Amino acid sequence: MTQYGFYFDSSRCTGCKTCEMACKDYKDLSQTVAFRKVYDYEGGTWTAADDGSYTTDAYAYHVSLACNHCDMPACMGACPSGAIDKDQKTGIVRIHDDKCTASGACVEACPYNVPILDTEKGYAVKCDLCYDRVTNGQNPICVEACPLRALEFGEIEDLRAKYGDTAAIAPMPSPDETQPNIAIKACDAAKEPGDSTGSIANEMEVTGTPAA
Amino acid sequence: MDFKDETTLSRRTFVKGSLAGLALAGAAGSAALYGCTPAEEKEQSGEGAPAEEADQIVWSQCVVNCGGACALRWHTKDGKLLYAETDNTGDAEKLQVRACLRGRSLRRWVNSPDRLMHPMKRSGKRGEGMFEQISWDEALDEIASKLTETIEKYGNEAVYINYGSGVGSVTSRVFPRLMNLMGGYLKYYYDYSTNMMQAGMPYTFGEDWTDGGSKFSSSMSEAKNSDLIVLFGNSPAETRMGGANIVYDYTQVRESGPRIISVDYRLNESSSGQVDEWVPIRPGTDAALVNAIAHEFIVNDQVDKEFLDTYCIGYDEDTMPESAKGQNKSYKDYIMGTGYDMTEKTPEWAAPITQIPADRIRSLASDIANAKAPFIAQGWGPQRHSNGENTSRAICMIPMLIGQIGLPGTNTGSREANPDGIVGGMPKGDNPVKTSINCYQWLNAVDHGEKMTAAKDGVRGTDKLKTGIKFIWNYAGNTITNQHGDINKVHEILQDETKCEFIVVIDTVLTDSARYADILLPDAMRAEQPHMAGNGYAEYYDGVILGAQAQEAPGEAMREYDIVSNLAEKLGKKDEFTEGKTQEEWIEELYKKAADADGNMPSWEEMQEQGIFKRELNPVIGLKDFRDDPESNPLETPSGKLEIYSESLAEAAMQMELEEDEIVTPIPVFDPGFQGYGSVTDEYPLYCSSFHFKGRTHSSYGGVDELKQVCRQQMWINPADAESRNIENGDMCAVTSPAGTIRIEARVTPRIIPGTVGIPQGAWHDADMTGDRIDNGGCINTLTTYRPSPLAKGNGVHSIIVQVAKA
Repeated sequence: MTQYGFYFDSSRCTGCKTCEMACKDYKDLSQTVAFRKVYDYEGGTWTAADDGSYTTDAYAYHVSLACNHCDMPACMGACPSGAIDKDQKTGIVRIHDDKCTASGACVEACPYNVPILDTEKGYAVKCDLCYDRVTNGQNPICVEACPLRALEFGEIEDLRAKYGDTAAIAPMPSPDETQPNIAIKACDAAKEPGDSTGSIANEMEVTGTPAA
Repeated sequence: MDFKDETTLSRRTFVKGSLAGLALAGAAGSAALYGCTPAEEKEQSGEGAPAEEADQIVWSQCVVNCGGACALRWHTKDGKLLYAETDNTGDAEKLQVRACLRGRSLRRWVNSPDRLMHPMKRSGKRGEGMFEQISWDEALDEIASKLTETIEKYGNEAVYINYGSGVGSVTSRVFPRLMNLMGGYLKYYYDYSTNMMQAGMPYTFGEDWTDGGSKFSSSMSEAKNSDLIVLFGNSPAETRMGGANIVYDYTQVRESGPRIISVDYRLNESSSGQVDEWVPIRPGTDAALVNAIAHEFIVNDQVDKEFLDTYCIGYDEDTMPESAKGQNKSYKDYIMGTGYDMTEKTPEWAAPITQIPADRIRSLASDIANAKAPFIAQGWGPQRHSNGENTSRAICMIPMLIGQIGLPGTNTGSREANPDGIVGGMPKGDNPVKTSINCYQWLNAVDHGEKMTAAKDGVRGTDKLKTGIKFIWNYAGNTITNQHGDINKVHEILQDETKCEFIVVIDTVLTDSARYADILLPDAMRAEQPHMAGNGYAEYYDGVILGAQAQEAPGEAMREYDIVSNLAEKLGKKDEFTEGKTQEEWIEELYKKAADADGNMPSWEEMQEQGIFKRELNPVIGLKDFRDDPESNPLETPSGKLEIYSESLAEAAMQMELEEDEIVTPIPVFDPGFQGYGSVTDEYPLYCSSFHFKGRTHSSYGGVDELKQVCRQQMWINPADAESRNIENGDMCAVTSPAGTIRIEARVTPRIIPGTVGIPQGAWHDADMTGDRIDNGGCINTLTTYRPSPLAKGNGVHSIIVQVAKA
């Protein structure tokens, strides 16, 4: 079976969110819904000296995440109505809205904050890796959008052969649980999953809290 | 596939601060956290559905003033925009003019329900935003008669075309062409981006510095030959964002190996992901850091005396001009404490000013002195302070002192090189009025123009203005209020309709500036008309994009060219204005003219087919010719050399009428400046500065909700300053300066230096101007004080003092 996935180069990412906004434009998503999200992860402390000067070990980096189309999709495992499947030809995990009962189980189960429950419409939505584009020989819209060329799409085996096996940096959870199909280049500042020195700095943004 | 374990997957472990934590956060349960948008909005959006098949793909361009000019390819169906792609031609790893998040959100602006649809006439007070719809005929008649009246009564000097940069296109910004046919208008000099450096730098580098181009700076691509890049307030990831912009060159340079050091008050996005790259500095104190670095160069014998003697004027007594000899006025005298303020500029002197430890200054100086090819480049933030004229020149002292100018891998301390551009716009004609003011001085010229003089206010072309400004054109710009300075003061002055009698605003949405219009006209966007423009000044390549109309303009919105043509007809100038040509015909003519001059561009027919032309440029080294042969390639300074001590500036300063707290010095010094270092008080104990933000280009795109969501308007504040005020991440705060108050969310972050808060510039002002005037939009110019800088008379508005409180 072919398994498609993303490569993300965190040393190139400047947190600009072009990937996220290109997706929102293509998929016509409204203000608080995003299929790809960029997490601002930062930490560090400051020390004052007697002369009024300071030293710091502050750091910041970004993680751009869409659906990882996991080998063991927690969303699929949790769905009570069998609305989520994993395509045999591409490994793409998709939500079938006609079967979705809007239980919200996928939203809670996903360790990557990916599915979003649309309670008005009555189903959950998420990244489908631009199924229509990639099965038509095109790149996902986000990959073609990145001004820094920090995203790549391909068969995950190829991406791992090219870029290595790293599949998580903080604030992502350990990849052991769901076996995400993502290859990551860790930037110099990157922390290990489970890191407690930093935090997600843009929580309101990535949880869809409407901006004024 | 094996999914037998799917039902036995264990619940994930909650890890604080991790993604898993987010989904479980919030008492209302996760379902409430996600996708909670109104139903009707969902119905309209077709959320998550695969995009419809386009029946047409149309080239266009994002034309706001970020410095880039990125490609858009509109996918349309039945003449309606579906979505945008960007440049996907050629090799993705090389030159692709990829739009950033803003360009990818342009459809939301073009199709905004807030688009202006009809000509309107003000019905309330200026600034209230009350208008009534009128016909195009009525609107143009009223403008034509008021313009004629103004010229008759006050003369052409009373008509002003305000600075604006929301649209760049070869057939755009044609109001000067019309006004020149009408006898001229009061001009402005410099711009809101680079005001102070445009005034200061020519004294060091020569008169032609203000022309830009690639003579005085190296391209970012040249930094591949450097081993140490030092950036002062320069973040290409935030100000040079598109896929063909400097940020991509910068990324490739980084990956080629040089060490990078960023001197900034924020850990900016250009240093995202890096460690040990950031030297935090108090904003507005760059020149103090430079002084201490210069001191270290001198005491450690790292100064290139031979270079300074050959290429420069005024480093030490040996090259001082006759008029200043023997008076301890050299740069070295200033640094070593034997002249001027008689203070030795040691790292210990600079540490409390800059907040940088003395040892860190020493190591920075040592790293720069020992680099084989240091690439020193400043952004435009350091100069946008009340002391910016000095700061911009001071930063250039670093490469000068060690002779690292004009050599491979080096830069002059200026910002990176601009390309020269290969297509030109419609000719503007000649302006019979020779008088000009700094672009930041228009408000003073409205208020008391007849009292403004050359010596006191920087009026040029005459000793004093004959009249105040009575008529303002404002096209695709927001520098009446939002992007000007001291909005509350602007509001006050514009209330008096005997001062400025008439304001015409032409725009696509009701910007804050548009609320002050007497006549407000609806402009068509580039997606709605034929268009052509070159590449941007922040993209180091040659390019042209030829755009077509992808969608009809809404309502009665009209193309600028047609608006001005119709107005010219009312004024009896139509034939001269149009020369009998349509917008399409002008574009064709201007393309062919450029292609003929270039010799290597596609034919007009080929261009219509391909939409985009792009050509890579080789790296350039700033001042290489001068370095190679200073005799044959003298600079346009009086001495032909780099003037560290500028005799002409010393002479000019003698003629200036300055305020008591202002100085203009012949050498670049550290001067704290108005609301600069040392100006904080018990009432306003914090410094405040602003920065360019990814969600907007200045105020352009500021009305797009989708961008506001992912680029929240937040004040950066260090945990130390937040804790003492009981402020937590996300708290709503009030920020008050001597000029006004804004409300804004806090972003409590270690990414900003203690003692200073940072506010993204360009947010849309949102205040009840007949009530409390508290700005709920968080616009920085509610906080800035209107105080033109000493030399430029420009907008040194990054120097602000404030108090912050939880609101």
